[in-house]
Amino acid sequence: MIQTRSLSVRIGDQPIVDRVDLDLPLGTITGLVGESGSGKSMTALAIIGLLPHHAMASGQVLLDGHDILPLPESLRCRLRGKRIGMIFQEPMTALNPLMTIGDQVAETLLIHSGIDRAEALAQARDQLNRVGLPAPRFPLDLYPHQLSGGQRQRVAIALAIALRPDLLIADEPTTALDVTTQAQILDLLHKLVRDEGMAMLLITHDLAVVAGHADQVAVMQAGKIVETGPTEAVFRTQKHAYTRQLFAASRHVPSLIRSDDPQPLMQAHNVVREYSLPHGGDILRAVDGVSLTIHRGESLGLVGESGSGKSTLTRALLGLDPLQGGQITLDGRPVTAGRSMPRDLRARMQVVFQDPFGSFNPRWRVDRLIAEPFHLTGYPPDWRNRVAAALEQVELRPDDARKYIHEFSGGQRQRIAIARALITRPQLIVLDEAVSALDVRVRAQVLNLLTDLRKTHGMAYLFISHDLSVVRGISERVLVMKSGRIVEDGPPEQVMDAPRDPYTRQLVAATPRIPADWFPDPA
Amino acid sequence: MILGAALAGLALLAAALSWFWTPFDVTQMAIADKLQGPTVVHWFGTDHFGRDILSMVMVGARTSIAVALVAVGIGMGIGVPLGLIAASHRGRWLDEVIMRGNDLIFAFPSLVSAILFAAVFGPSALNAIIAIGIFNIPVFARVTRAAALPIWTLDYIRAAEVAGKGTTLISLQHVLPNITNLLIVQGTIQFSLGILAEAGLSYVGLGAQPPTPSWGRMLAEAQTMVTLAPHVAIIPGLCIVLTVLGLNLLGDGLRDMLDPRLKAMR
Repeated sequence: MIQTRSLSVRIGDQPIVDRVDLDLPLGTITGLVGESGSGKSMTALAIIGLLPHHAMASGQVLLDGHDILPLPESLRCRLRGKRIGMIFQEPMTALNPLMTIGDQVAETLLIHSGIDRAEALAQARDQLNRVGLPAPRFPLDLYPHQLSGGQRQRVAIALAIALRPDLLIADEPTTALDVTTQAQILDLLHKLVRDEGMAMLLITHDLAVVAGHADQVAVMQAGKIVETGPTEAVFRTQKHAYTRQLFAASRHVPSLIRSDDPQPLMQAHNVVREYSLPHGGDILRAVDGVSLTIHRGESLGLVGESGSGKSTLTRALLGLDPLQGGQITLDGRPVTAGRSMPRDLRARMQVVFQDPFGSFNPRWRVDRLIAEPFHLTGYPPDWRNRVAAALEQVELRPDDARKYIHEFSGGQRQRIAIARALITRPQLIVLDEAVSALDVRVRAQVLNLLTDLRKTHGMAYLFISHDLSVVRGISERVLVMKSGRIVEDGPPEQVMDAPRDPYTRQLVAATPRIPADWFPDPA
Repeated sequence: MILGAALAGLALLAAALSWFWTPFDVTQMAIADKLQGPTVVHWFGTDHFGRDILSMVMVGARTSIAVALVAVGIGMGIGVPLGLIAASHRGRWLDEVIMRGNDLIFAFPSLVSAILFAAVFGPSALNAIIAIGIFNIPVFARVTRAAALPIWTLDYIRAAEVAGKGTTLISLQHVLPNITNLLIVQGTIQFSLGILAEAGLSYVGLGAQPPTPSWGRMLAEAQTMVTLAPHVAIIPGLCIVLTVLGLNLLGDGLRDMLDPRLKAMR
């Protein structure tokens, strides 16, 4: 059993983790939840002894009652992998691309248990079978690039559990995965913990994931554990104010405004978008005959997992890529790729992207960034006032216009992105995973803002996400996309509660949810 | 970094100063004073014609720096736009044409080709500049393209496309400003290579012609007397080494300073 006592981590004078006491008993899953920057990952790294070298840890990490924190690196190496295993968020980079999966799993066994290679490979085979990569379909000599993200994460899990560690640390293990894959990986981890009787520390920002799988939960804020206890009890009582805020935000649904203008704004008819794959010249049909209508002032949700073609469809709708079939119209006029589309038409739709860090040229000031869409309409003489007004609309200060983008937090950057989308007063704003990278509380604020803006400006939204639960709150109508086709179309309640398509049913079932009766007072 | 800047600065200063003042006239011979070691009058001594080496080194710095600077200018002026065009047409035929053309130039050993070039068109500083400059083009084109490609995948490029901007405008407004760091660093490195190349060409007599002093030719002329008066060879040699070292250190330092990721690691 692993415990931490007054575990603290500081970088320079900055405390990152502050006197954390955790008990991680065998056979249980402990959820560690908190927002980004709260010190969750640093806590995990301190336990396994992989802190960045400028970080200083103090306090105790007890393994079977012995403090392992002061041990020299050589001894800690022996514990790592053998007694404590870890899996990371990003399955694409967690494996060595030049080693076969069998060798990678066998490597851990070879280092720690002094068996020969043949034996290690035989054991690696067993481990891969256990994580759901069985023999005939997944031979040991596969390379990571031949596997999907979920399969790679399974290999990473096989690596981490190969030596049957006492503790498995899973740092956001499913955040980079699709909803249906997430559900499979979480079920696998759950089963492994129960079968092996190991302890698991499940680090996540997603309360619903914790609700579904953790036995006990610790809520972390600014380096401190503010509340801890059995999951259900913590969720039901929510003693600490911060816990209550987190919960409220994660269930936050902005009040939905209904649009009642049945006039179509954007229409897509039988859209086909193909591109040839780089090697071999095969043609991939990413969007396969999609027809959809967005009405004036409507808030439409589009849900699909990675590879469903929703990003390709988005690019086509925005007039960035040429179509191979069908047509798209905005206000009755055709949307075409590149310069052939008239500028005044282009100015009628704008976009907000997912990544608050990649969405802005770091060398431009905010006013220039926000004013960029004026390129379409010509800069009005009062464009600086328009920028200031847009900043106020997204609840930022007008004098933020002279700052550079790195001076803003992720949530503030998304506000700036929304301001940029608003500046030409478009009739349609495409929100491409616009809140997916944000913490729950910030996400709730941005969703509120979007709702308010629609109320005052009356524009239509196309809200694209992989997450059904986010789309549900903000959309009047939801489309579900799979393999380049729209498989479901209806109001969110109907799609969520009575899905017609088998894929939608699967998607709904896989979406983690906090049981409704766990909440003290239904808001 | 500071050392590098100091060394490079010293070379620049010497070159700049030589326009207005040198201790002695570099074309004035004084056979009576030939092959003197460093003295109070001639700080770095004199060569086999009795010319003041300090003065020659100063004027020689001018030649070297001018040749290298213009050559880097040619390389950047043509290479960077080519790289930007290639990156904006990534994967299409124009990209392919530009990059294969690059490979073609890369395939020739640069100094040997520069010698060929000078031999065909006659040895002069101008021809040296052109030859070195041509071989800088593919370097800059390739660095520019490699740095620009990841920028093109970012969302702010998408946003600019949605704002109706074409590839030229996006390349100039969004891509170029975000790769200047890299280009500055590559520029200093190419600059030092240019000085080396100029010295090499002059050494074989294909760079600046007499009586214009040049570090490379000073070295070549001193070669036969290296046992007799070693300082005549050592001093221009040291000038080349220290200037190149200084520029390389400066380039490294600039990279560390301009790259926020490296800055964060320290």
